[in-house]
Amino acid sequence: MDDTEKMVEEATAEAERAESSRALYEVKMKFLGRTGKVTALLKSMKDLAAEHRPAFGKRVNAVRERLEEMFSSFEQRVKERELEAKLSSEQIDVTMPAKRRSKGALHPITRTRMELIDIFSGMGFEVFEGPEIENEHYNFTALNTPPDHPARDMQDTFYITDEFLLRTQTSAGQIRFMEKREPPFKMLSPGRVFRSDDDATHSPMFYQMEGLVVDRGVTMCDLQGMLDEFARTMFASTSKTRLRPSYFPFTEPSVEVDVSCAACGGAGCALCKGTGWIEVLGAGMVNRRVLENCGVDPDEFTGFAFGMGIERIAMLKYGIGHIRSFTENDVRFLEQFKD
Amino acid sequence: MKVPFSWLKEYVEIDISARELEEKLFSCGFEVEELIDLGKDVENVVVGRIEACEKHPDADRLTVCTVDCGELGKRQIVTAATNVFAGARVPVALDGATVKHEGGVQKIKTGKLRGVVSEGMFCSGEELGINDDFYEGAEVNGILILDMGTPLGVDIRPIVGIDDYIFDIAVTANRPDCQSIYGMAREVAAVLKKPLKRLVETDFHPVSTDVKFSVEVKEPKLCPLYVGSYVKDVKIGVSPRWMRRRLALMGLRSVNNVVDITNYVLLEVGQPMHAFDRKFLHGDKIVVRRAEEGEKIVTLDEKEFTLHPDNLLICDGERPVALAGIMGGLNSEIKGDTTEVFLEAAVFARDSVRKTSRALGQRSDSSARFEKGVYEIFPWMAMTRALILMEELGCGTPTKCTAVGNLNSPSEYGGIAPKMIETTYEKIDGLLGIHVPKEEVYDILKRLGFGVTDMGASFSVSVPLERGDIDGWPDLAEEVIRMYGYEHIRPTFLENASVTHGGLTPAQKQELHFKETLVGEGYSEACGYSFYSEKDLDLLRLPADAPERRAIRIKNPLGEDLSVMRTILAPTMLQNVVRNVRRGNDSGRLFELANVYIADMLPLEMLPEERKHVSIALWGEGDFFDLKGAVEAVGEAFGLRFGYERGERPFLHPGISARIKLGEREVGWIGELHPAIAEGLALERRVCLCELDYAAVSAKFRKGISFTPVPKFPDVQRDLAVVVDEGVTCAELEACILHACKAAKRAELFDVYRDARLGAGKKSVALHITFAPDPAADKPISPETADGFFNKIVSNLRRCLGAELR
Repeated sequence: MDDTEKMVEEATAEAERAESSRALYEVKMKFLGRTGKVTALLKSMKDLAAEHRPAFGKRVNAVRERLEEMFSSFEQRVKERELEAKLSSEQIDVTMPAKRRSKGALHPITRTRMELIDIFSGMGFEVFEGPEIENEHYNFTALNTPPDHPARDMQDTFYITDEFLLRTQTSAGQIRFMEKREPPFKMLSPGRVFRSDDDATHSPMFYQMEGLVVDRGVTMCDLQGMLDEFARTMFASTSKTRLRPSYFPFTEPSVEVDVSCAACGGAGCALCKGTGWIEVLGAGMVNRRVLENCGVDPDEFTGFAFGMGIERIAMLKYGIGHIRSFTENDVRFLEQFKD
Repeated sequence: MKVPFSWLKEYVEIDISARELEEKLFSCGFEVEELIDLGKDVENVVVGRIEACEKHPDADRLTVCTVDCGELGKRQIVTAATNVFAGARVPVALDGATVKHEGGVQKIKTGKLRGVVSEGMFCSGEELGINDDFYEGAEVNGILILDMGTPLGVDIRPIVGIDDYIFDIAVTANRPDCQSIYGMAREVAAVLKKPLKRLVETDFHPVSTDVKFSVEVKEPKLCPLYVGSYVKDVKIGVSPRWMRRRLALMGLRSVNNVVDITNYVLLEVGQPMHAFDRKFLHGDKIVVRRAEEGEKIVTLDEKEFTLHPDNLLICDGERPVALAGIMGGLNSEIKGDTTEVFLEAAVFARDSVRKTSRALGQRSDSSARFEKGVYEIFPWMAMTRALILMEELGCGTPTKCTAVGNLNSPSEYGGIAPKMIETTYEKIDGLLGIHVPKEEVYDILKRLGFGVTDMGASFSVSVPLERGDIDGWPDLAEEVIRMYGYEHIRPTFLENASVTHGGLTPAQKQELHFKETLVGEGYSEACGYSFYSEKDLDLLRLPADAPERRAIRIKNPLGEDLSVMRTILAPTMLQNVVRNVRRGNDSGRLFELANVYIADMLPLEMLPEERKHVSIALWGEGDFFDLKGAVEAVGEAFGLRFGYERGERPFLHPGISARIKLGEREVGWIGELHPAIAEGLALERRVCLCELDYAAVSAKFRKGISFTPVPKFPDVQRDLAVVVDEGVTCAELEACILHACKAAKRAELFDVYRDARLGAGKKSVALHITFAPDPAADKPISPETADGFFNKIVSNLRRCLGAELR
């Protein structure tokens, strides 16, 4: 065996012992580097006789090629080993917490309100917001509730002066809207309302949403058709509505609207107190006087109006038991409404 | 309105159960809030006759009785009662029976009392839920002793009159005519399609008298009608059992026959009445007038009131004898020796009665009834009914002396002209959207007491006098549909209506986006009352002349805590934080977007400005700069550059508080809660608050997004560290840098370093500066160009702020 063969053997043995790519590199340099043994051999060629040089050169080059091939295969092996080691050392607990800032949540009333607006704006309702401090005219008189009308007792009103008050109903917005707009229109008036009532089931401030449609030939059947659509979208695809007589000064006829209980499908359960129905809103055909008060000809146009408590809808939708929860602002309550 | 089932049956033949009637009433607009089964708690109690009583062998106080329960056989019952005797008929609660006990229900079982078997229990009136008005002797201390003829072994409930139901009906405000038994009976008859018996079947027989009463109504608006009638030969006594029981069913105690008749008529007809003892009415004269300031009256319940001219009085020739519509005076009360009575049935304005009743804190069944509204037909009906009862019960002799005040109608009872309405069947159908057969319309209105004249396509009705709520054809449509049934309505979807465009206005959309931006920053939306207390402003240490003190006050608040309309949202937010911390929520982030109310002038003479504010808070985790991040997030979302200047507020930490500005305009404030206030509220962890004038901020929202082309070449960054005086602010450095070089797009602080070696009162500030190439440039920013920018910046910093490069 000549020197070159020995050198290949020696290099292969050392490369095999090299554990890391760094060590392998050093071995490679020892043979193939600028000061390596193979390089030295090549350099020694100048000491040879000229006729021997081509053969020697050929041999050394062959050795170098063999060594390079050998190192590259070792390099690949070492890299694979090293990658494996790296991967196994880098295992993480994927169940550890993510890095992010938690979002907040919109208030359930805002969520419900947006959902309602979404349903009705799809049916062509625009949204109008009237003032929260109103005068007597818009809150009562124009709504066919003159002073001394029994309906004024139905609502305990917060007064600022004899004339100004905190609106007791979003219906007040109806009048302001109608004064500005010519029918036909559909409008929705959501907002805060106030009544001097404070007990387990009443809050002195709550939210209502009023809907008003005025057009030619609008009937009670249209009212129920629209409310059916609302109930199906808001509660369950099988929801139905039921009308029963009631009284509001600004509608005639007036109805209470019950929605079939989504929890039991109308069979009767604790939520609907066994009746299969849940009282959800009040509605009716707009009283002719109200239309007249707003300069709308009641012989040409008819309309219907409906009003609901947003808290009530939210309570039904989310199963919230206490009206207080909405204004206590406990973050443990509010944060459940993230999405 | 409470209505006993048995009483309704007096006027309408009812052949359905109470439950079925409840449903019928519900369908025609009368929700039964509660259907009270009077005998529900009394089960398996029968009549027994005591055959023998013996002393208990081992207990002196107990008696062992053998009782005969007729067909049910004999029982041995041990009792502690002392009023039992052999031969007495008593209620016997058998084994397994239930009786009333201390507001609940007690179950009776066979057991041993001191070793002797007792197969049940004798019942007192209380255990059956009755008093003397139901059955004589029900209130004795001991067992109820029944009449001798009472049959043995039968259910006790019909015997003592508790086999009955009470309907507690919600009557809507437009139906004062249904605030009476007879009024409800009219509805029941209509819905059951049964005839309604007349209230007055017979007539009374007034006798002549020399007595003459005069009535002078000085306030015709407050007393639209006053009817009085003189009754002689009055014999005060006890009312008959049937009347006492009915009063008892309605929760009224029997007083004497005259007073009972007035109460009975109130319940039956819905007209409050009052009886005066004639001998105390000076001058046989009634004057209805306003009280004089400071005038006094003592009412029947012996309370003295000092009056005001808002209070209406009934006076005799000399002095007040009743608080109109509320309560009679003690000075003219019916007593045991009364022999002549002057009966009053009048209409008093509901508002006047309500105001007086509230102002004096004096309520009665009468005032409650007047507050609901009384029509002019009622006094006539009531007076007739009362006089018939007086005669029937042998309580007194009606006379021809009837005195009327403020009579608007041409003649008395029945003479009031009914309202007439003319309309078409088509109009009714048009409003309802369905076709109601003509015969149905006719029949329904007839049943409800309307006089109907069919005229082919149209018809006219005369409105019953007790239906003051009906004043147009839509009311008739309602009468028709509530009786015809809402189930006939077929849902349609605006078949004839126009297409309208719906949705939120741009401002409403922005508001939602604003909220969602804060939600994205980790803040949850809160919702607070629109009112708070003056004390909340004290808590914020706001001086007396602070603009926030100019708040709108509620005249009739629920309490001081909720008496002032908000001018600033921070107090509510602070309460939210305190409540959360008390509940163990150590950290959190909240915001609220709501109106504050700003009065131009107080008291209000025009509608105040309602201005949206947003309040943002964090506590527990995070500091001033975290909260500032929320404001910046809003700035980013809406294209705003907020400026911050040190600015103190009495409730903020003086060193950690700022004014927030948009351009030159101040639009809010931000800071850490003053440590002294925090300590006072036991808030141990840091609380930061911010409030923005949303109206002012939203006015500056970017109008849509405008695109500028992206430069072809990348930005170049340089870091800069300079030593400046402690007082130099980050904002000043930033402004100076951006001012020095147009290409400098951003200067962002990333480190502040203080060291003695820098010198006293000095700090080192490090910033990243980003240079952006001109979008139109055809080559990148070279290192040499960047160096040039950098040097320009350094020299500008040195010149303006005395900054030295580190």
